[in-house]
Amino acid sequence: MPYAMIVLAKQVPDTKNITGQAMKEDGTVNRSALPAIFNPEDLNALEMALSIRDRFGGRVTVLSMGPPAAAEIMRDALMRGADDALLLCDKRFAAADTLATAYALNCGIRRIGPCDIILCGRQAIDGDTAQTGPQVAGRIGIPQVTYVEEVRSLSATTLEARRNIEGGYEIVRTSLPALLTVVGSANESRPPSAKRLMHYKNARTASEVRKALTDEQLAQAEIRRLEERGLLIREWTVDCIDAEPCKCGLAGSPTRVMKIQSIVLTAGEQKRYEPTRESIAELVKELVQDHALG
Amino acid sequence: MTQHHNAPGVLVFAEQDDGKLADVSLELLAKARELAAKLNRSVAAALLGGNVAGLAARLIAHGADVVYLAEDPALGCYTTIPYAKVVCDIITANRPEIVLFGASMAGRDLAPRVASRMRTGLTADCTDLQIGDFSDSKGSYTNLLYQIRPAFGGNIIATIITPDHRPQMATVREGVIPLKPADPSRTGEIRRVKVDLDEADKAVSVIERLKADKKVNLKAASVIVAGGAGVRSREGFDLIRELARTLGGEVGASRAAVDAGYIGKEHQVGQTGTTVRPKVYIACGISGQVQHRAGMDESGKIIAINTDPAAPIFSIAHYGIVGDLFQVVPMLIDAYKQKT
Repeated sequence: MPYAMIVLAKQVPDTKNITGQAMKEDGTVNRSALPAIFNPEDLNALEMALSIRDRFGGRVTVLSMGPPAAAEIMRDALMRGADDALLLCDKRFAAADTLATAYALNCGIRRIGPCDIILCGRQAIDGDTAQTGPQVAGRIGIPQVTYVEEVRSLSATTLEARRNIEGGYEIVRTSLPALLTVVGSANESRPPSAKRLMHYKNARTASEVRKALTDEQLAQAEIRRLEERGLLIREWTVDCIDAEPCKCGLAGSPTRVMKIQSIVLTAGEQKRYEPTRESIAELVKELVQDHALG
Repeated sequence: MTQHHNAPGVLVFAEQDDGKLADVSLELLAKARELAAKLNRSVAAALLGGNVAGLAARLIAHGADVVYLAEDPALGCYTTIPYAKVVCDIITANRPEIVLFGASMAGRDLAPRVASRMRTGLTADCTDLQIGDFSDSKGSYTNLLYQIRPAFGGNIIATIITPDHRPQMATVREGVIPLKPADPSRTGEIRRVKVDLDEADKAVSVIERLKADKKVNLKAASVIVAGGAGVRSREGFDLIRELARTLGGEVGASRAAVDAGYIGKEHQVGQTGTTVRPKVYIACGISGQVQHRAGMDESGKIIAINTDPAAPIFSIAHYGIVGDLFQVVPMLIDAYKQKT
């Protein structure tokens, strides 16, 4: 039986690989110097959806909310095998906390139409909150299964999954539709196939076209051409998905960032020891004398 | 009227599994007392389960003035929707200012669902909570919950507030708040909550569960020997284990080592792992990303071994050794054995 699936994805700054170059002189991180990537666990969610489609048939739509530059991960998703990619893109979505993000994503999901399984990564590496998935499920009013490592079986109305719990795992059965959040150990994301890569590298959003072609007539012709070839990545605004502006973005976010303090690396008092037997013996002696080691 | 009969200022979700209370819930009760004292309000705990009434006394001894007790067979094994529904019912009926959850896997599954239903804000993985004021062009607020957490891979510390919505909600990681000893002389009240669940709430069922006892106890270890990407392989961790065994300590790891599959997640120290404060922390081949340092920088003595003299770990180490861990660690083992 084919399954209609939606994968929620986010473009994130690569916070995992902060090297010296991304650090400013005052010891704080230079956020704009970080490359933007496909949130790693969202790739695992996409792979899980694609492998379900491989086995049972169906359709995989990738949905994201982000700035125009997030078109990059939509292209990536199409190259890897997604059937369709949609970007919620509107200034009014900006600065959303997880509640407002879940609201907008839910409006987008409704606009896409009925679906059986929604998948997303366990958490995004910029915020590490793991809240958006459960809050989307809450908005829609469907069950959630978090920390999913494997989908064990599927029927027309139920899904069985293995999920991680502290110190072990659980097998749970849920009715469909349901939302799954997927962990990094679930699978290895497939690379784009050469054929899809060649085809979808030309996929563009209307904003990207307009940025490249400032002449509106030329741009419109190009957008039509892309659409005919299935290469137009659709962008939806607040109005396209019938969202209430007061529930989106900063306006719809109950939380506020009151203060941000950059972590500064400070050099404290430190004793250096050489990597030699004598020097290491001195260190151990000092630790034992301090009663740090028994 | 005694304080016990006030509407609670702070509600703590008392997480239990198989009749055992999670440490983080007891830690949260200690924090809740501090916050509630500033608000001049009481502390409540929400205790849900199949047969858990026996745990209420412990929650009171750790700081709860009221325990809302919800018992039902459907709450025997944690599943999201029934727990979320009961917690929301407790919130709606008692209107706490603040609701706190442990940032455990269950807490992080439950809290966002509750916040979504209550249409309020939630901050994940707080490392500190305080009460304070805030004002901006729109108005001024007193006695808000400051929800303090590392963000952006731990490179910044953000203070988040929820000015206009109630309750103010946060999850807090285990180990960041010191556990206070129980006070058996404390008194409190147990109030039974009517559990109102229908079939649709039971859409998810647990059909099999395997849970090993937590073998790794990083929080209780006085010595931790931790390995990072520099350990380079699963086998490389044998050397880390040997040093830990020699010193009578536990084995820790950075996220890079866990993500690379060298060692299990239960060993992970850091913002997304366990927060530790051992007497001695030996970081072997760990570069010291902020997300790791956030979980160990309060250790008594930090010893860093790294080939890169510019590795950030050296900025917080008390003792630094620039060298190859595969040479230095055997020297440490030998030196310690000769010492004793």
